[in-house]
Amino acid sequence: MNLHLRIWRQLKSTAPGEFRDYQVKNIAPDLSFLEMLDALNEDLSAQGEPPVAFEHDCREGICGSCGFLINGVAHGGQRGTTVCQLSMRFFKDGDRLILEPWRAAAFPVIRDLVVDRSAFDRIVQAGGFISAPTGSAPDANAILVPKEAADTSFDAAACIGCGACVAACPNAAAMLFTAAKLTHLNQLPQGQPQRDHRSLSMVAAMSREGFGSCTNHGECEAVCPKEIPLEFIGDMNRDLIRASWRRRREPLPVPSAESPSNRGS
Amino acid sequence: MEATTLDAKIPSGPIERKWDTCRFEMKLVNPANRRKHSIIVVGSGLAGAAGAASLGQQGYHVDCFSYHDTPRRAHSIAAQGGINAAKNYRNDGDSIYRLFYDTVKGGDFRSREANVYRLAQLSVNIIDQCVAQGVPFAREYGGLLDTRSFGGVQVSRTFYARGQTGQQLLLGAYQALEEQIAAGSVQMHARSEMLDVVVVDGKARGIVTRDLVTGAIECHVADVVVLATGGYSNVFNLSTNAKASNCTAIWRAYRRGAYFANPCFTQIHPTCIPLTSEHQSKLTLMSESLRNDGRVWVPKRKDDRRPPNEIPEDERDYYLERRYPSFGNLVPRDIASRAAKEICDEGGGVGPSGQGVYLDFRDAIQRMGPEAVREKYGNLFEIYEKITGEDAYRVPMRIYPAPHYTMGGLWVDYHLMSNVPGLFVAGEANFSDHGANRLGASALMQGLADGYFIIPATVPSYLASNPLPALDASHPAFQSVRDDVDQRVARLLGINGTRSADSYLRQLGKIVWDDCGMTRSEASIRHALGEITKLHEEFWRDLRVLGTGEELNQSLEKAGRVADFFELAELLCMDALHRRESCGGHFRTESQTSEGEALRDDAHFSYCAAWEYKGGDGAAPALHKEPLVFEYVHLAQRSYK
Repeated sequence: MNLHLRIWRQLKSTAPGEFRDYQVKNIAPDLSFLEMLDALNEDLSAQGEPPVAFEHDCREGICGSCGFLINGVAHGGQRGTTVCQLSMRFFKDGDRLILEPWRAAAFPVIRDLVVDRSAFDRIVQAGGFISAPTGSAPDANAILVPKEAADTSFDAAACIGCGACVAACPNAAAMLFTAAKLTHLNQLPQGQPQRDHRSLSMVAAMSREGFGSCTNHGECEAVCPKEIPLEFIGDMNRDLIRASWRRRREPLPVPSAESPSNRGS
Repeated sequence: MEATTLDAKIPSGPIERKWDTCRFEMKLVNPANRRKHSIIVVGSGLAGAAGAASLGQQGYHVDCFSYHDTPRRAHSIAAQGGINAAKNYRNDGDSIYRLFYDTVKGGDFRSREANVYRLAQLSVNIIDQCVAQGVPFAREYGGLLDTRSFGGVQVSRTFYARGQTGQQLLLGAYQALEEQIAAGSVQMHARSEMLDVVVVDGKARGIVTRDLVTGAIECHVADVVVLATGGYSNVFNLSTNAKASNCTAIWRAYRRGAYFANPCFTQIHPTCIPLTSEHQSKLTLMSESLRNDGRVWVPKRKDDRRPPNEIPEDERDYYLERRYPSFGNLVPRDIASRAAKEICDEGGGVGPSGQGVYLDFRDAIQRMGPEAVREKYGNLFEIYEKITGEDAYRVPMRIYPAPHYTMGGLWVDYHLMSNVPGLFVAGEANFSDHGANRLGASALMQGLADGYFIIPATVPSYLASNPLPALDASHPAFQSVRDDVDQRVARLLGINGTRSADSYLRQLGKIVWDDCGMTRSEASIRHALGEITKLHEEFWRDLRVLGTGEELNQSLEKAGRVADFFELAELLCMDALHRRESCGGHFRTESQTSEGEALRDDAHFSYCAAWEYKGGDGAAPALHKEPLVFEYVHLAQRSYK
């Protein structure tokens, strides 16, 4: 099939960007979307134009590296699919496709379709873990986890951190991502001791990074390649209220690199 | 080539006590002194993230490097099936000794007994550690952990998190790492690629990196360098590895004096989705766990082109169950892979290319019901449907073998230290535990054993027993390596030829796969070496890398990695050429039994082959041997019949 592509080109965060038009020809339907871009890049390279930068790694829909908007839809619109797993079978000969990077203040563009998602790591640093220093664990079966809790926890932990939820949200909120992290850990018996701190701290970090708030559009759920459900945001809000109520007499902890509360030595 | 014998520094005493003895004999660092030591960890997959987090918890200053934007994207994330642990929760006769035995036998007697025993011992602690971190393993209704079985074993010891075990284990290690980053004990350097190691007075003292966004070439000084940079299956171009997985870190270390062990031991995984187009960029693995319930077959008649569901039962050849009745579809990966290749080479393969066999869930769906199958394997069926457009609940999957994991890597002693003092190697990047063939669900186990438990014990012992002079990046050794890196980047950018790095890797990969893949002979390997040399010369003459070094330049990144793959491919073939035996997945046509099975030659090849770099321009590497002694698992022809 032949396609008309309009792609956002930007050399670096501080440089101005622009859309440029490209044609790709003779694309086999078995190829993935990224393999189609590989073919475009081979052509560009041969013509002396720098290839389009895009992130990708596993190409199996699990590493979360890839992702950009195709005609305004994060990962291109096939339900539960990352762009690396999006097959060219999904498109028609002659389609016009607009490719642009995630757009969010908290995700600055690095080059072309590549953005900086390190804000997600800083949300995790704020409390997205269970403190279990190596070697201190009890026998695995000493901790009983109800199957329903383990399954829900797993469903939330399936988040790949790609950022599609932020890109799809009209407010550029990171609620679905943060909610997924919280539901993963807050469901489990091991996660209870740090539950309140985790909920308060991660939500605070989310605001600090410049993500917007949730106004229940549900666009995040619609584009999530792992189909993380919106109801986890409800769980997060309940956890937040619970934690605020239980801690109302204590000042909110604000983690920083200067307060090494978790240092092992 | 002159052979010398390597000392692996294996502790004395009975095998059950070696690790305890070693830990007691190792020196410790006083907690107050730990913060004075700096440790570089390159790579943040299972081994790297677990190691960096654990060393950070102990109080060392750790710098961790990754070419990804975040440690959570390391390729460990793609592992699907599970992780072994000798817990015997099933009361089915499992034990540490049995896991040890299965692994040594599964590795076709080319791994080091002491390391494998330690791996089996630590497997128990790994599960405990991961559960404590909140890894959501599959559970039974009573709240206890669920397990399943994998190829090459007859007990159910594999713990799993649906089909995403690697992701969940990596998230556990990543979260522990992020906690240490927040605490200030680990400094993370994301989007940084290690391009060389710096050796000062014979000891590894730092690395040189390129910032992938700004292009800045930087020197980093430390007391110890730990490489946890994964495997090199992408030398075949088409493999199940993530696209960025490469050999550069370990290859640069090899060129600075670290020995490269058993480079030809690369694992071919039997259950990948077959190739459909020549433009395809990678191969996708279907978890080996599918063979628990899926049955492998081809039509008995070679020209049978009917749709699989129309082929009656008595016209199907369930060849694994026929040839290996006691292990059936759960034979180890090398056996299943070679059996599939043989069937297809004889013209019995299925699918458009003829390079495929059926993996059929019909009987499992009838027995368990579709819901139970969906619960166990649902995401794998989805992946399959996305790639092939076929619904495997209705028609059998098609699978074919593909390069997956590399058992070769830098040589390390029992402490996971290379022959270069201060240079440690963990996880898939080292060679030590899997011999000539890795059993399923043991890669995650090794990555985490190395990262959580071994490196955090042996690195401090090295620090305590080796006083190191203070250094900074102005030291001439750092400047000299930095100059080398600068020149190399400039050289790649300056060729200004016509072909992309990708196009060279496609061609190189095909040569290595065709002539030194699952089946190889003296003639095919010699042919490969000739072709590689020709193509390698062309690469340095006609490569084209656009753009500059002072920007995010993915073509430049690829070019550097492909340049190293060329050199690695030559060493891989040389290693394969000298090993005139069939072993694990490495079938030398000159060495087979009367039934066509792989035939080892223990009298001549019961050793690890560690190669020493002797300079470029065609100087042959020197071979060093570490003899492998089997005191506990006696050498025998493997049989899964």
